[in-house]
Amino acid sequence: MATPATPAAPRTNRLGLSVVEYKGAKSTLCAGCGHNAISERILEAMYEMGVPPERVAKLSGIGCSSKSPAYFMSRSHAFNALHGRMPSVATGAVLANRELLALGVSGDGDTASIGIGQFVHLMRRNLPILYVVENNGVYGLTKGQFSATADLGAKLKTGVQNDLPAIDLCTLAIQLGATFVGRSFSGDKRQLSAMLRAALAHRGTAMLDVVSPCVTFNDHEGSTKSYAYMKEHDVPLHELQFVPAFEDLAVEYDPGTTVDVTMHDGSHLRLRKLEEGYDPRDRGRAMSRLVEAQAGGDVLTGVLFVDAKAPSLVDLLNLVDAPLATLPAEAVRPPREVLDALMDALR
Amino acid sequence: MASPDSSVAPLPAARPDGGARVNDFSIQVATANGSGSQSSNTVLLRAIFQMGVPVSGKNLFPSNIAGLPTWYTIRASRDGWIARKKEVDLLVAMNPETARDDVLGLSAGAAVVYDAPLALAELRPDLVYYPVAFDALVEPLTKEPKLRRLLRNMAYVGVLARLLDLDLGEVEHAIEKQFPGKPRARDLNVAAARAGFDHAATLEKRDPLVVRRMDRTAGKILVDGNAAAAMGALFAGVTVVAWYPITPSSSLVETLIGHLRRYRIGPDGKATFAVVQAEDELAAVGMAIGAGWAGARAMTATAGPGVSLMSEFAGLAYYAEIPAVIFDVQRVGPSTGLPTRTAQGDVLSTAFLSHGDTRHVLLFPGSVEECFTMGVDAFDLAERLQTPVFVMTDLDLGMNVWMSDPFPYPARPLDRGKVLGKDDLDRLGGFARYADVDGDGIGWRTLPGTPHPKAAYFTRGTGHDEQAAYSEDPRTFERNLARLEKKLDGARDLLPAPVREGSGEAKLGLLAYGSSDPALREARDQLRREAGLDSDYLRVRAYPFSREVREFVEAHERVYVVEQNRDGQLAALLKLDLPAALVPRLRPVPHLDGLPLDARTVSDAIRAEEAR
Repeated sequence: MATPATPAAPRTNRLGLSVVEYKGAKSTLCAGCGHNAISERILEAMYEMGVPPERVAKLSGIGCSSKSPAYFMSRSHAFNALHGRMPSVATGAVLANRELLALGVSGDGDTASIGIGQFVHLMRRNLPILYVVENNGVYGLTKGQFSATADLGAKLKTGVQNDLPAIDLCTLAIQLGATFVGRSFSGDKRQLSAMLRAALAHRGTAMLDVVSPCVTFNDHEGSTKSYAYMKEHDVPLHELQFVPAFEDLAVEYDPGTTVDVTMHDGSHLRLRKLEEGYDPRDRGRAMSRLVEAQAGGDVLTGVLFVDAKAPSLVDLLNLVDAPLATLPAEAVRPPREVLDALMDALR
Repeated sequence: MASPDSSVAPLPAARPDGGARVNDFSIQVATANGSGSQSSNTVLLRAIFQMGVPVSGKNLFPSNIAGLPTWYTIRASRDGWIARKKEVDLLVAMNPETARDDVLGLSAGAAVVYDAPLALAELRPDLVYYPVAFDALVEPLTKEPKLRRLLRNMAYVGVLARLLDLDLGEVEHAIEKQFPGKPRARDLNVAAARAGFDHAATLEKRDPLVVRRMDRTAGKILVDGNAAAAMGALFAGVTVVAWYPITPSSSLVETLIGHLRRYRIGPDGKATFAVVQAEDELAAVGMAIGAGWAGARAMTATAGPGVSLMSEFAGLAYYAEIPAVIFDVQRVGPSTGLPTRTAQGDVLSTAFLSHGDTRHVLLFPGSVEECFTMGVDAFDLAERLQTPVFVMTDLDLGMNVWMSDPFPYPARPLDRGKVLGKDDLDRLGGFARYADVDGDGIGWRTLPGTPHPKAAYFTRGTGHDEQAAYSEDPRTFERNLARLEKKLDGARDLLPAPVREGSGEAKLGLLAYGSSDPALREARDQLRREAGLDSDYLRVRAYPFSREVREFVEAHERVYVVEQNRDGQLAALLKLDLPAALVPRLRPVPHLDGLPLDARTVSDAIRAEEAR
């Protein structure tokens, strides 16, 4: 007779939290939606990196993608803001409390169409934020209109063809001065996970454009954002390995075949080259390679550009270490003598 | 065309009082924009102020960097009236483009100091002319033509000092204040003022206007409303400022940035504030709302076009219940047109800014001192009420210089509103973000980053239940709207109360707000003295209205609602608030020419109505 087995202690991260502590409400998106897979990857990355859920602020705009923060990490504050205007809300929140880890979740309509203005300025400010675009090239909640990332020649289910060129968010972000730009595919679990973990270690704007097929409105023949299209046209630039600072593993690598990027927190992003000559620290080369790929119908994936040393907006503003939001009154209201001096100067 | 004889033009008709007019006149200076006249006019204003005489200045300027005509009016009033006065007693005509019209618009007997080549004395015989060859006056002072153009304007200050019997020492002191730390500019300007002063000794004084020392400005300050509001924000402990430049609000934030850099950076160089110049007003208010959500005292400043762009965010903040302070320095109209002219044109649209059943808290400062005190209070109210608060100033208040008592240091500690921290959550075991636990319609909130597993909630627009969970349930939505209404209704008792003047016995009520106040007080005096009309006056200081507003209307047969807009925007809000039987008592008095309100406009309109 076997003795009753003690249930195995659940696996926990370095904070002692199990992955359950990172779960959210049940998703109301369509079964098979790429966004659900991305939500899973995000919560896994947060769990594996040992990010306290309470430190995270989930911010989103409007659309299917922007609903998804409800479906992971219920222990984090969240703000479902206005269509295309999440970057400004995120900027305010991070400046109010620099200790927050801001996670922006947006879509292609929310970012590239209505929100392109705020996106552009977010990229050039280098606000510390992980900004994920769940890119399916189509509006879901309004039932299947093209967005500004729809590729030239792509077809809607109704047969309508897109005659306008796509906005490539990665090329744009690199040109604007973004400091961590990656592209991945919701179906590539390994690549996306490593990329998310590296992005979490980045201090500045990490913009990830993740192709995330819409199974209801844009997964058909003729779509360029479908599972089938991505299987054929996904061109990974490198194999990603992420070594977090807390693991402290001295893994050997060959500098001839692997680019090693030391992140702000001391962790390492290692990119084993699949394409000769591609260096993600070369802004100009990254842009020209992206333009080439786009012309050829290829979807380049991987960490396209990284600059781990550029100062973030919080650095540039030289903020005090404590969150501005909770500074005590004596730190923010000058004393009576200051008002007296100001009044004297006006007499 | 210049005629040296013009200085001995025929004397105007004998003045009624036959004597001097002491400390009671208005000066209008007509120049070209960008010619340095702003400094000269400020010096003139300050010199009169330093003589102890109540004074006010109005800058009527174009939307332009340089070249277009601009006028500055200075009013000295021994009785302390500081509203704009329409009648011009002394014109300084420096701008060839407008000189003719400026002269033709004067009343008989007015005095004109003018640039001699303009030969204005030929235009009409019933004025007193003082031609001055300004180019010749400043020619010895510098060789630089650009500087000469600027110094011409300081020379007229010297001329006026002599004509008005202003103490030259006060002028020099004012110049020193105008150019702190710039000894060369100071010396040149002093020399120009002296040149004008000396030259004017050759002019025969033939107008009655004089300044005599008084003691009515002792201890007072001179400041514009934007600078006052900036100090309000500073002493409110603002921490996040997001803005987009727009006339007439830009100087508010620019002044604030100067103060923050001076007073809120520690010895280690670290700042207790963040300022971001946003890409547009949508982003500016979005940043303020994001910061308010995360617990900062956050603000933006803008004008009507910016408020329009902030509309959707204002509605979101109303429903999500997020504090933010928005200074609206009102101006005329959208797009080009009269962006540098004043109005109270955003009242109605801002009260209901956004779509759905939104309603916002508005504060109406009526003086520069209230720009300061309400600038402080707005942050307390926003956090207490968890909603955007709009401080509705205008170009007249914001950009013109006003005499004021010094501002009082805030008497109350910061009110950070209902915020639960980790210890509270430990004690309570959790919370419901939008539950009305205190019966005032205001829920408790937590700030992102609060280290407690029950601290988080999901912030979204209209569709949420008490736990902040997504809900489209009709009853839940109705209950939420009713609670928001209760919260706004309760705000009436927290907002600045109206200010009453008068015995309370008059049949006639006057009701106004904001920068109209000085004109209203003077108009009451005119109505009483000139027409025997007694009136009571209620100055509204906030929306939603205090319960006192209804009492005031109930107590008066006719209530004239004076506003600087065409359609009676505040009157429209009153009509929504008051019982139907009281509505016919409201009589709108519109003022809509883009110029600061003057008393005569108000008293004439009311006298005409009362005579019907």
